[in-house]
Amino acid sequence: MLKKFWFLSIIIVIAIILPLIVQSSYYRHIFILILIWGALGVAWNLLGGYTGQVSFGHAAFFGVGAYGAGLLAFHLHISPWWGMIVGPVAAVIVSIPIGLICFRLRGPYFALAMLAVGEICRLVFTQWVSFTNGAMGILTLTTFSSKLPYYYIGLAILSFSVYTVYRLMNSRAGYYFVSIREDQDAAESLGIPTTKYKMYSLIPSAFFSGLAGAFYMNYMNYIEPSVVFSLPDVSIMIILVVILGGVATLWGPVVGAIIFVVLSELLRSSLGPAHLLVFGVIVCLVIMYMPNGIMGEVDRIKKLLQRKGARIGSEIT
Amino acid sequence: MSYFEVKNLTKRFGGLVAVNNISFSVEKGEIFGLIGPNGSGKTTIFNCINRYYSPTGGKIYFKGKRIDKLPTYEICRLGIGRTFQVVKPLRRMTALENVMSGAFLKTSDVAKARDRALEVLDFCGLFRYRHFPAKGLTIADKKRLEIARALATEPELLLLDEVAAGLNPKETEAAMEIIQKIRSSGVTILIVEHVMKVIMGISDRIMAINFGKEIARGTPQEIVNNEEVIKAYLGESYAQGK
Repeated sequence: MLKKFWFLSIIIVIAIILPLIVQSSYYRHIFILILIWGALGVAWNLLGGYTGQVSFGHAAFFGVGAYGAGLLAFHLHISPWWGMIVGPVAAVIVSIPIGLICFRLRGPYFALAMLAVGEICRLVFTQWVSFTNGAMGILTLTTFSSKLPYYYIGLAILSFSVYTVYRLMNSRAGYYFVSIREDQDAAESLGIPTTKYKMYSLIPSAFFSGLAGAFYMNYMNYIEPSVVFSLPDVSIMIILVVILGGVATLWGPVVGAIIFVVLSELLRSSLGPAHLLVFGVIVCLVIMYMPNGIMGEVDRIKKLLQRKGARIGSEIT
Repeated sequence: MSYFEVKNLTKRFGGLVAVNNISFSVEKGEIFGLIGPNGSGKTTIFNCINRYYSPTGGKIYFKGKRIDKLPTYEICRLGIGRTFQVVKPLRRMTALENVMSGAFLKTSDVAKARDRALEVLDFCGLFRYRHFPAKGLTIADKKRLEIARALATEPELLLLDEVAAGLNPKETEAAMEIIQKIRSSGVTILIVEHVMKVIMGISDRIMAINFGKEIARGTPQEIVNNEEVIKAYLGESYAQGK
């Protein structure tokens, strides 16, 4: 416990001073991308990893969050930072009817419905030019010239999402989420209202995806439907990032995001779009040899040690 | 009105009538056994009681309240726990976490749920496996885990579905012991079982069914001597003493 506390403290300190040491705005840009991907991964993982409700369309929440912020600036000419409230709320509003309809069903309906919703959002936001400015996207003005404030806002968002998931997973809701994933019938027979608890998992997941999207809008200052609602580049990529880092682990999505962003940046200049191939191969290798992802295997080693301890303990008593 | 009552329960799967107009009642504190050959509809009755299936017809009452329209989780909340014949462990959770998931019905506090779960694990003889993932347990221990998880929800009526099937004699003894202990703690039990030693040894009353219909009802002694029951299990010729 104490060891964990020190480990966490060191990571927090590093996260805080890192951009102060690294002055290059290019590196800072990479850090910020990691924070955004990390927050999105943590959000996906709560629903897809812990609760077992795999979503193939988290771009819907990410994009709605981003457009929530962008449209506010576009139509009302107020600061897109208000979108940091409006964006996530809009994502939650989109998520509720999907969950209420699909979570009553068993099987892959939710995953497929999310796939459809993501694509529907992309098409609607592309075609509805009068409201969304269509494929031309939305351009806003940069708020800060330095990357530093963005970094700390991103860090706050990631910390907020990790902390929320940590608290949830260490409460009754967390145990119920995992029970639902492991066996829905058993969960029901233990008095768990499964539809309701799936919603309790979906809503924060949509909220943090929307928050990541709204922050993305504020940071990039430009969004278009084909970017924020992208099926391969957001919806599917976030699943791969979480699988790489470790499904159903607290820090897995963050680790996955670090590897993904750093790798893309390293290889993009030399390999062009083919850099995704390298990432794909790594994900395949991880699935084959570390099926629980990087952080998942760390947990397994820890658990092995714990179990050894427990066995010795029971022999004594 | 009885403590627990099933009235004219029918369940049809297409043209197959799995449960045909079954009625019975269970009194508080009783162990009521349900026997019948394979496919006679015992588990289907359980599945109708906890609304895993919706009954085609009939009514089910628990403590005077009609429950056959309630969702599964609500039935558990009212105090009816169940185990599954084909065990459904929460595979990647530890034994402790499995039981905690049940214990959370009565408390939202993690520490309290943990304490309660440890008590129940101890009661069921699983304490030393508490940190083992459920998927790694033996079938006997998985069956115990089913019982432990259901007990953690603190049921008043417990439905046990073949908890002794596939166990060796020693494990069967242990299972019977646990069932007796549960009963003496004041829980009413409705049990489906194939292992005659278990059901004859612990039941107060037994109902025998075949092809979804009741064929006999009475004390264990009456049931073993009942011609219909012998016919259902061993065939016509044995019943006639040939």
